[in-house]
Amino acid sequence: MRWYLRRHPRLFIGGGLVALLILVAIFAPFIAPYDPTAVDVSQTLEPPGPAHWLGTDDLGRDVFSRTVYGARISLSVGLIAVSIGFTVGVTIGLIAGYLGGIVDLLAMRAIDALLAFPALVLAISITAALGPQIQNAMIAIGVVAVPLYTRLTRGQVLSVRERDYITAARTIGASGRRIVLRHIFPNITNPLVVQATLSIAFAILAEATLSFLGLGAQPPTPTWGADINYSQRWLSNLKWWMSVGPGLGIFLAVFSFNYFGDALRDALDPRIRRSG
Amino acid sequence: MTQYILRRLLLMVPVAFLVTILVFGLIRLSPGDPLVIYAGEERDPAVLEALRHEYGLDQPLPAQYVSWLTHALRGDLGRSLRTRQPVTEAIFERFPATFELGLTALLLSISVALVVGTLSAVKRNSPLDLLATGFTLAGVSLPNFFLGLLLILIFALAIRVFPPGGYTSIREDAFDSLRHLVLPAITLATASMAVNMRQVRSSLLDAFSQEYIRTARAKGLRETVIIVRHALKNALIPVVTIIGLQVGAIIEGAIITEQIYFWPGVGKLAVDSIGGRDYPVVQAIVLLSALSFMATTLIVDVLYAWLDPRISYAHGASS
Repeated sequence: MRWYLRRHPRLFIGGGLVALLILVAIFAPFIAPYDPTAVDVSQTLEPPGPAHWLGTDDLGRDVFSRTVYGARISLSVGLIAVSIGFTVGVTIGLIAGYLGGIVDLLAMRAIDALLAFPALVLAISITAALGPQIQNAMIAIGVVAVPLYTRLTRGQVLSVRERDYITAARTIGASGRRIVLRHIFPNITNPLVVQATLSIAFAILAEATLSFLGLGAQPPTPTWGADINYSQRWLSNLKWWMSVGPGLGIFLAVFSFNYFGDALRDALDPRIRRSG
Repeated sequence: MTQYILRRLLLMVPVAFLVTILVFGLIRLSPGDPLVIYAGEERDPAVLEALRHEYGLDQPLPAQYVSWLTHALRGDLGRSLRTRQPVTEAIFERFPATFELGLTALLLSISVALVVGTLSAVKRNSPLDLLATGFTLAGVSLPNFFLGLLLILIFALAIRVFPPGGYTSIREDAFDSLRHLVLPAITLATASMAVNMRQVRSSLLDAFSQEYIRTARAKGLRETVIIVRHALKNALIPVVTIIGLQVGAIIEGAIITEQIYFWPGVGKLAVDSIGGRDYPVVQAIVLLSALSFMATTLIVDVLYAWLDPRISYAHGASS
């Protein structure tokens, strides 16, 4: 453990940041000093101070509390969307890679069609089509992530499919399902874990963008993207603090997962020489 | 090479077909009746029915799709439900603004990434390198709408150097046009700049450890020559790929930036049309961005093969 710590300090910094973020989301009611949706007309547009660390918005809602609660939406959308993308993508990738032939050809053309859309354009169109709701944002971001996992999984399956231990398993009569689940999948998890961590960062950014455009969770739910959009109208009056809380929230969350993902990649894949 | 390009083009046909089905299907999933929005106060069922017929919305879905696709192939993407303007016209009107912003941002991103990325690889672990790696980490994590607001706040409202938004055509007033361009271009460029800088730096470091660089050093070439003629030339191949993909994603990047700065381009049109349930416009923009993305991906792959003679696409390099 200590050896690991000394060898991969970045892994622990990244892991620590991610853990902190998750704790903030879980314990939001204990951390936030105010109810994030409580309106207080006597305290509107207060600049940051001892009573309100990040000030209040035009309805007197505490910006710090809203930022802390915003972590809940962002993280849950991130985790659920990535789970959707991971499950669907890996399943298609395993099946296509293992079976090959016409199944592979059809599956990969469908994936190509999804990849033909720029990620954000696809996420926006799906959410706009399904209706602006938090569940739909999760589905949209999940769908956008599917091709990444399918391609990664398929490539990995193709590279291990012809190994001796797979042939051995087949010789003793293991079923295709058993080979895929018990012999192939456990051997390809490392790159998938790295990809999953990095795509949570993407998913959080995408959720923030969707809610910025009004396509995520609807008000008064505190979400970082929507709060930044809302703060825009007070920008010309230089009420900067309304934007800074949620903006820093997004930045820190995305940064933590990106950093952790990069560190995981270095730690799990010794073949990659890190240059910095 | 020609064979490779032809094969790729052939593969693109079914994918493009799937893309059109997806684009068509997605928009038709939308809840709410677009006609009600279009008709506004008009609630007379007979008038609504007539409009529905005029727009072909009373046909079965497959028939609507075929008619939409055949028109699209002839360059007719329908009319906007809100303004009745032909969609192609609406997009072409706004495309120059998007192109201007996208191209400026891309040039900014590439030039800064090249210079700083190279310096940071050459002077590895120097303060500049640490600053640059810090920037690459931060740049990809900063949402562009937040960066945009910060820039407006600082450079347009606190110290009034640049306008907080809007657009002036370069033909009207070149200086004013440039002033309007600065903040949106920086906002749009930052994320790709971070990605490109990281790529330049890591592929240069990779190149420095290659044998041919040692040979060049052994020959006694000047360091600048080694960096520019030998290392950079090889290191830039993966950079070209990334930049190519960024060209294909210009419309995507413009969506948020144009929205924040009231930039009258395709991205702003997209957001406005989603809000107004203007199906034909949304459909057309999504379709065009997908097709242009596909086309640039192909061009990038071809360029890649041309730049790096080690790569041969002669035998089945599928998907």
